[in-house]
Amino acid sequence: MRSFAVGMAAFAVLFSMTSVHAGEASPSLWDQGSALFDHSKLLATGGVSAVEGEGGGGLGAWALITGYGTRDGIGLNIHETYVGLPDYQLHAPGIAIGLFDRLELSYAWQAFDTEATGAALGLVRGFTFHQNIYGAKLKLIGDAVYDQDIWLPQIAVGVQHKENDRGAVIRAVGGKGSVGTDFYLAASKLFLAQSVLLDATMRLTKANQFGILGFGGDKHADYSTQFEGSIVYLVSRNFAVGGEFRTKPSNLGVAREGAALDVFAAYFLNKNLSVTAGYADLGNVVLHDHQDGIYLSLQAGI
Amino acid sequence: MKAILRSACLMSALMTAAPAFADDPLFTDMGGQAGIDSIVDASVDNYLADDRIKTIFDESNMDRIRAEFKVQFCQVAGGPCAYRGHDMVAAHKGLHLTNADFNAVVEDLQDAMTKVGVSFAVQNRFLARLAPMQHQVVSK
Repeated sequence: MRSFAVGMAAFAVLFSMTSVHAGEASPSLWDQGSALFDHSKLLATGGVSAVEGEGGGGLGAWALITGYGTRDGIGLNIHETYVGLPDYQLHAPGIAIGLFDRLELSYAWQAFDTEATGAALGLVRGFTFHQNIYGAKLKLIGDAVYDQDIWLPQIAVGVQHKENDRGAVIRAVGGKGSVGTDFYLAASKLFLAQSVLLDATMRLTKANQFGILGFGGDKHADYSTQFEGSIVYLVSRNFAVGGEFRTKPSNLGVAREGAALDVFAAYFLNKNLSVTAGYADLGNVVLHDHQDGIYLSLQAGI
Repeated sequence: MKAILRSACLMSALMTAAPAFADDPLFTDMGGQAGIDSIVDASVDNYLADDRIKTIFDESNMDRIRAEFKVQFCQVAGGPCAYRGHDMVAAHKGLHLTNADFNAVVEDLQDAMTKVGVSFAVQNRFLARLAPMQHQVVSK
């Protein structure tokens, strides 16, 4: 929560800087720089912020580049995501920038609070796993929005480097390491005449529960190919509803890991602010079955 | 590869701009010619009031533009019209339009359709036919 507050403050500073300089007479270097924030993609076409920080849905990556910068501009946003499960909670604030609708760089910090389960595992109550996630995504081909006349989706490749701070605990439960890198290939296509956005993503990963429980395990140590899919229906220009599905490897002997899914509604107040609320089911998460609960995410950007 | 794709896009865009089916439900759903006339008038009003794009029309004869849009929108919607104006590449040549310009036009058109009472789903069916024009309109 503290890092979220810091992020919000940073956003407020950025925002006030852009407004202060708007009134100057001649175009300074700053004006030219802030003009790069062209704010000109169509509403919602940058997606929202996924739980690992990249532009996407809630659970998975999309091929869309985050933010509202067109191919002539850039877009920057920060977000805070909260997932409240019966026995755990996850806070995941982050920041992402979309450059020229081509390259996206993102950072997310996840805090996974084990609450009472921490004590049951022989740790302390409220034992919390933290994870840094550094992401990059490159759009390869296609345009999800304009290419309404051809079948080709927008296709992007991405990488996410994850560093978990609980190596000792991860190894104690059978995990192989506290650092891992995911690679993904995402395809997104807007079927505008039907008001539907579809996304399919293949992810190469070793991550246990997104990396919160480390990477690789006693049962399976290597990379496996996983799938993320989502369908979104555009109800109006600023309101969308959708569902997502994400398979995950089951690498650890101590805990069977299954697929995650969610349903969500996203409201775009404008190009500066969006709110996503949903219901996520993460299945079994160490000791506890039926980990499903609310998903909330707020994105603010320029 | 890019050039092949671009020409493929162009070809299919030209094909979608080809002869209309008079019984296309989209034309009816947009309110027929009367509805399209209102949409064009409202959207052109929006363009001329939009600081982002109004200068594009500085040298234009707006009466002619309105008239051409009405025929072209009718044809794109599948109505009984044949657009005989400039093709999209020629009409926008030298304007150096960006995606930001194109999207501003889309937003103004969305506002106009909403104002006229066209539902969001019908708006999207129409916009889906206009969207590929980005390849011909945007040159910068």
